[in-house]
Formats: sequence, C-alpha cells, structure tokens
Amino acid sequence: MTSTAPQRNEPSRAFDRSEARRARNAGRAMRETVFRIVGLVATILGLVALTALIVDLVISGYPRLTWDFLTNFPSRRASQAGILSAWVGSLLIILVTTSVAVPVGVAAGIYLEEYAPRNRLTDIIEINVSNLAGVPSIIYGLLALGLFVYGLGTGRSIFTAGLTLALLILPIIIVATREAIRSVPSSLREAAVGLGATDWQVTRDHILPAAMPGVLTGVIIGTSRALGETAPLITIGALTFIAFLPTPPIQSTPPFVNMHWLWEGYTVLPIQAFNWISRPGSDFLANAAAASIVLLVITLGLNGVAIWLRARLRRKLKW
Amino acid sequence: MASKLTPEQRRRQRQRESLIKAGLFAAAASSVLVTLGIVGVLLYESAEFFRHVSLQLFLTDTVWTPLFDQPRYGILPLLCGTLLSTVVALAVAAPLGLTAAVYLSEFASPRVRETIKPALEMLSGVPTVVYGFFALLFVTPLLQKTILPSLPGFNILSAGIVIGIMILPYIASLSEDAMRAVPQALRDGSLAIGATKYETAVKVVLPAAFSGIAAAFVLAISRAVGETMVVAIAAGQQPNLTIDPREPAATITAYIVQVALGDLPHGSIGYQSIFAAGLVLFLMTLTFNILAFWLRRRYREAY
Repeated sequence: MTSTAPQRNEPSRAFDRSEARRARNAGRAMRETVFRIVGLVATILGLVALTALIVDLVISGYPRLTWDFLTNFPSRRASQAGILSAWVGSLLIILVTTSVAVPVGVAAGIYLEEYAPRNRLTDIIEINVSNLAGVPSIIYGLLALGLFVYGLGTGRSIFTAGLTLALLILPIIIVATREAIRSVPSSLREAAVGLGATDWQVTRDHILPAAMPGVLTGVIIGTSRALGETAPLITIGALTFIAFLPTPPIQSTPPFVNMHWLWEGYTVLPIQAFNWISRPGSDFLANAAAASIVLLVITLGLNGVAIWLRARLRRKLKW
Repeated sequence: MASKLTPEQRRRQRQRESLIKAGLFAAAASSVLVTLGIVGVLLYESAEFFRHVSLQLFLTDTVWTPLFDQPRYGILPLLCGTLLSTVVALAVAAPLGLTAAVYLSEFASPRVRETIKPALEMLSGVPTVVYGFFALLFVTPLLQKTILPSLPGFNILSAGIVIGIMILPYIASLSEDAMRAVPQALRDGSLAIGATKYETAVKVVLPAAFSGIAAAFVLAISRAVGETMVVAIAAGQQPNLTIDPREPAATITAYIVQVALGDLPHGSIGYQSIFAAGLVLFLMTLTFNILAFWLRRRYREAY
C-alpha cells in the first residue's frame, strides 16, 4: 500500500514536468520565429531607407535633369542653372587626387606587406594608418587650410583640393593594397624567389599582378569617397559660384599641355549641391536634387563596380 | 641564368633594389607625416587661440559666440550638440545594426547574405551632402507630418536619425565579420546540448564576438562624431546647450563649416577658434579609434 502511493503520483508529476517543458519549448521556438522576422525586417530597413532616399531625390530632381543642366554654368535663375563647372572641377580634382594617392598608397601597402621588418617603426606606421582611416574628413580640411593654403601658399586651387583629398583617401588605398597582397599565396612568392628573382622582381612581376583586382577595388572605393567629399573642401574655401572653366590642359601651341588649371579656382558637384540646398527659397532645391542624383549615380556606380569586382575576385581566385 | 650577370650588373641591380626599397619606405613613412601635420597644425593654431582664451573658460563657459562683438568661448554647447546627434544616431543604428548582423551571420542563407550585405554597404557610399538633403527635405517633413507636428525645420533629431542610417553598414557589416570569425565548434556545441539557433546566437556567439562588435560600435561612434554635412545642413548652425534632440543645435563640425563659409581673415581669433574646435574633435575621435584598434587586436588574438 505504502509503495503504491508514490507510484501513482509518479506519472502525474512526470506529466506536469513534460507539460511545462513543452510550454517552455513552444516559447523558445516562438522566440526563434519572432527573431527571424524581426531580424529580416531590421536588415531590410536600411535598404528601405536607401530606396526612400533615391525615390525622394528622383521625384524632386528628375524634371531638372536635362542636357542643359549638364552643360550650363550656375546661374541666378534656378531654371537656367547647371553643373558644368562642378563636374569639370570634380573631374580635374580627382585627376590630381588619384595621381598622388594611388602611387603613394600602393607603394606604402607594398612596403608594409612585402618589405617591412618586424620592428617598432613598422608598428608605428601600422597603427598610424589605421588611425588615419578614422580621422574625420573635416580635420583633413583644417590640415590643408593651415598647411597648404596658408603655410605653403598653394591657395584655394584645384591643386590644394586634389592634394587634400589625396591625403584623405591614402589610408583607404593602403589598407586595400595590403589586403590584396595578403591574399596572394606565399607559394607564388617562394617559387619566384627560388628561381632567383630579386625582391622587386617578385613584387612587380608576380605579387602585384595577382593583387591587382583587389588594389583596383580600393582605388575605386577611394575615388568614390573623394568625389562625394564636401566638408574638407568647404574648410579650405572652395568657391560656390564658378561661372567659368579652368584653362584647358591642352593647347594648340607647343608644349601643347599646360598646368595653369592646377592653380585656378574650382567648384565640385557636392559643393554645388550644398550651395543650392542652403539657398533660401525652394527654387533651387530641385537643382540640388538633380545634382545629387548625378553625384549618386557616379558614387553608387563606382561602389557597385567595386563590389562586383570583389565578388568576381572571390569566385575566381581559389588558390 | 642569374649567374650570367656580370659583377657590375649585380652591383647595379643591388643598388636598384635598395633604391626601390627606400622609395617604398618613404611612401609608407609619409602617412606618419600626415598625422604629424594634422597634430602640428591643430596644436600650432590652437596655441594662438589659447593665448587669448583660458583653457578653463573654454571648457566651462556655456556660451559659444566667437564671432559676436562680445565673444564667448565655451565649447560645451558644441560638444553637447555633437554628443546629442551621436546618441540619436546610435539609438537608430545600434539596435538595427546589431539585429541585422545577428540575422545575416546566424540565420540568413549564404545567398541572402551575399546579396544583402553588399546592398547595405551601398549605404556608406552615399555622399554625406546627399544625406543632408535627405534629412532636411525628407526626414524632417516626415516627422512633422506624423509624430512631431511642432518640430522645427532645423533639428538634431532628423540629422541624428540620418547619421544613424549612414553608420548602419559599419555596425552591421563589422559586427557580422566579428560573429562569423567565431569558430563553428562553439555553435555546434551549443546546438548539440539542445539550444535553439536564437539562443546560440545570443548566448554563445554574441559574447564570443563581443570585442569585435564593440570595436564596430566604437568605429561607428567615431564616424558619427566626425560627421559634418548632415548636421551642417539639417540641424541648424546655432550653438545651443540642450539635451532635447528636437531643438536645432550646432556641432563642432557644423561650426567649422559655418566659419569656413564666411570669409574670416587668416590669423583672427575666429579663424583660430576652428582649429581649437578641431583639436577637441580630433582628440575625441583619436580616443575612439585607439579604443577600437585595441579591441580589434584583442578579438583577433582570441581565436
């Protein structure tokens, strides 16, 4: 008798426990499902914002996107204003920026990956590069204002602007170059060294060609970044109303090229857009939107190319 | 074949090699010069500034009006605006970014991940001036029409929200990288003792990736603190000591832009004040960057 009581109780307690467990497991499964949905929504929300931004720009700017808009100078009348001087300025500045930042950045990346000895100086350079990548762009503007514009007297010129943006994208290119070189297998290096190639021959003929797509990705991202930068150029005093073009770099008389344009005033696309945004009244807002569309097509286009290049690279290169 | 080089050729080759090495070193070292240049210029011009303004007043006065007839030089209002817009940005980006990172790393199929991650990274390719336009002419009117009818045209809130959207890819992408670096064995162990995927993600993977995620957050904060155009366009440019994000206010960066747009004579105290403000900004982001560097190095060593 005494032994049957617990026996009778046993199944019911086990039943209770499994009931509770089932309820708890249902709750756990529920939380799992809820998170799947919340997670997807959170992930997509960023894309929704991007879409809203693009749609908003297109609605307000599309009517102004005509051929004239690309070929007209800025004007006091919103309907006649265009972005000719802005895109020409952007183009020339990017020319200066890339011709400084790409060789220096790639060389620095090569040094840090292929040549640098493990010592304190290398550590300092590495920490320095990673810190530079995080310095706000406006600080580069202050550097350029104090050092280039007033210190070296390069003035508010295309040269100053190009150099400023070159310093700004230097860390991007260095980091990209290093990553690209690091992904080249050392067997390639060892084989070349084994055949008697010198350090530089290995780098130039084997490492760099193999790392090229990765380097190119960094250069494209850097270019896109430089094209969209506004703050540092405002700081060094970019003019906002430029109704002329710089001297053409090519002329019909010898020596056929000239560098006058380097020392002339300029405006760029983002500054032109900023100028139109900050005007009182709403007439110029459509222009700002249209200029933003042009800018966005270029920068997102460049980013898209870089992403595509990286994806292709990952698929193609299975060392 | 290499042995066929004459001693003269060998000597020249060695010379060329060391010349190239020196050139490459110079390029790498030039990045240090950039930092020295930044520190030098900021310190030099700030020193001039602090000859006129005491450091104590700079840090404690609550009014910032260097361009007025009776100038006051208290950095607090600018600091406050900067922190406020950063807090709003983080309030948007932190939950969204972290949730997105967990989802992409632990739940999404590889195909979804490979599609959505680059698309999210597009957000960081949008020029900041375009974000400014978006904040001023889309987000603010949207807020006015829906939940905050009394919101002024210029306010910290919409600037902060848009900065949050801007730093979202940093948090999502870098946190996801950190979580994916967690060894699969940890996940397998957790799943094997009966944890759900969600429990594994939150209780095993997140803590294991903590320092990497923290580094992502710190980098994103540093970005938000240094963001210029969005606040300069959408937040108004009046220094305002407030903790209400619905009010207009200026940040350190917005002040620098405002002064640079006017034509202040070189060497005036107004000119020097932007370098003093810049120095404060630089020190803030430097602290964050060093913290992030340290955190990242730590998590790299973990596995």
